[in-house]
Amino acid sequence: MTGPRQPGEAGRAVTVVEPTEVTAASGPATAGQVIEAAVPAEAAGATATLRVFRGEAGQDTRFEDFAVPVQEGMVVLDALHWIQGNAAPDLAVRWNCKAAKCGSCSAEVNGHPRLTCKTRLSDLDLAEPITVEPMRSFPHIRDLVTDVSWNYAVNRTIQPFTPPADLPQSEWRWQQADIDRLQEFRKCIECFLCQDVCHVLRSHETERPFMGPRYLVRTAGLEMHPIDQADRRPYLKELGNIGYCNITKCCTEVCPEHIAITDNAIIPLKERVADRYYDPLRWAWRVLRGRLPELPVGRELPVFPGGQPPAASADPQADGSEAAGTSPPERRDEPS
Amino acid sequence: MTGQATSLRGILKPRGTAPTGAGATSRRDDWLAAPLNVGFWLAVLVLYATFSALVWEPVFGVAHEADGYLSPFYAPFVSGEGFPAWLSPALVTLWIPIGFRVTCYYFRRAYYRAYLADPPACAVGEPRIHGRYRMENALPFILQNLHRLFLYLAVVLLAIHWIEVVTSFFPASGARIGLGSVLLLADITLLTGYVSSCHSLRHIVGGRLDCFSCSTINRTRHGAWKILSGLNANHMVWAWASLFSIVLVDIYIHLLALGVLVDPAIRL
Ligand code: SF4
Ligand code: SF4
Ligand code: FES
Ligand code: FES
Repeated sequence: MTGPRQPGEAGRAVTVVEPTEVTAASGPATAGQVIEAAVPAEAAGATATLRVFRGEAGQDTRFEDFAVPVQEGMVVLDALHWIQGNAAPDLAVRWNCKAAKCGSCSAEVNGHPRLTCKTRLSDLDLAEPITVEPMRSFPHIRDLVTDVSWNYAVNRTIQPFTPPADLPQSEWRWQQADIDRLQEFRKCIECFLCQDVCHVLRSHETERPFMGPRYLVRTAGLEMHPIDQADRRPYLKELGNIGYCNITKCCTEVCPEHIAITDNAIIPLKERVADRYYDPLRWAWRVLRGRLPELPVGRELPVFPGGQPPAASADPQADGSEAAGTSPPERRDEPS
Repeated sequence: MTGQATSLRGILKPRGTAPTGAGATSRRDDWLAAPLNVGFWLAVLVLYATFSALVWEPVFGVAHEADGYLSPFYAPFVSGEGFPAWLSPALVTLWIPIGFRVTCYYFRRAYYRAYLADPPACAVGEPRIHGRYRMENALPFILQNLHRLFLYLAVVLLAIHWIEVVTSFFPASGARIGLGSVLLLADITLLTGYVSSCHSLRHIVGGRLDCFSCSTINRTRHGAWKILSGLNANHMVWAWASLFSIVLVDIYIHLLALGVLVDPAIRL
């Protein structure tokens, strides 16, 4: 491996290094091979060594080292673009806005799930190579690109916003105080870093699916909405398997939008599920008031009759006004 | 996003390429420090609490009360009379704070990480023993959902402790401001902060409402929820501070009982 480089050395050689134990499952690399890249040396200045995960899914994957000239304010994505432009034009990187808003450029930098466009080189130790890997929790496609489509499949299982069926949109009213806490959840840029770092999705093969923190955030935003009528607690318990989350907070630690995922979304949802399923006092209270049964335990959401999608007339709409097109279930106001 | 929901049944996440096995990671910061630190201090405090509740008095005969100060591990209404000598009266109520802390969302996180390595740290591989992961979906951890029951009991206990602290300023010998009372006051303040910042309390007080503005009572609850949310943001700090303080106050009272220290006091 190359050590810290001297000024003027930038991009002169690209070294294919031995795969570390991290890539042990990924197959052998062409260890030790040195590729001379016809790249110009930049003006004298500091260089950083980027150790980038390369390869196609299911084939040899390896780490390759690139010496990149460092400029002030440079982020890891800039360095990857420099590599694309000067040393490895075929490097696959997903990105879009370069402003930490599209959520495309997620990767693992030195083992930490990060947005590469928001990770400054000046915050990293340039004396060591900077490892850049794809999000490891998702199937690999090529280089730094992974297949995150499973997340979209999970998203489609959540009962959309369900306003009262008999209330026209022009009559919807709420106060700012009612939606303050929801606005935090709407900051989500779907970068999936929280899904990537969540140990349930990353390290465990569970018997049943776990929806993951991103979709607990979305569900919290719907459940706490002042005019939403659906009850997603059976879904959270039985299908989203919120019980798999052990509130260890890694999702909160990596969220680039600083959403307090665990404290403000997951724990409040766990408490709502406990209201419904695990509170003997509330159960006794409901029995006394003759308000049982509520929903049958384990009833699957969405609440489309017979599990069928809504009639053709129901227009899928954008999130935020995504009426389900079916009569919503009756909302049971919580006794205080 | 979505207009129609489909079923999640069977949508298991396809396998990724994360390194597996205990400690497998590309992180090169000192990720082991936090779980070791938390694990160590938690163990020290739990061991001391066990010692104090089960050993000080039954084994060494050191009283849990001195100078009108009662160890915070003991509830005031348990006199100890009628208890066999080998059994500590602390056990009558100690299960409540123990249950409360064991099921506390913060301490769950702490010991899941430090003792179960589940996960040991973020983006770090886990021991293979976690093969069949069900966590809070199945016994025993599904019982964590009973945290609110311990909360109800803890609130009662807290009220009793407040009475006990206030009366410690007025022992039979006359009013005084002793170091012990001040320590007990600091301890009960931290305990109150800990209980007030509880996630379950925050939920019960206002979090479970969907519409904060819909009625006067809801607006009042919203105001209280906002205050509790402010405290809740530092729940971890309250949790540790109140755990340390209870142990320190207990040590102080036992040192008084042993005659090692004399309580400095201003008598009124
Ligand atoms: S807090 Fe829960 S959802 Fe978030 S990373 Fe930990 S286990 Fe996953
Ligand atoms: S909650 Fe945060 S980390 Fe998760 S997808 Fe949204 S922005 Fe990314
Ligand atoms: S490129 Fe859009 S978030 Fe990084
Ligand atoms: S969550 Fe920690 S005491 Fe309730």
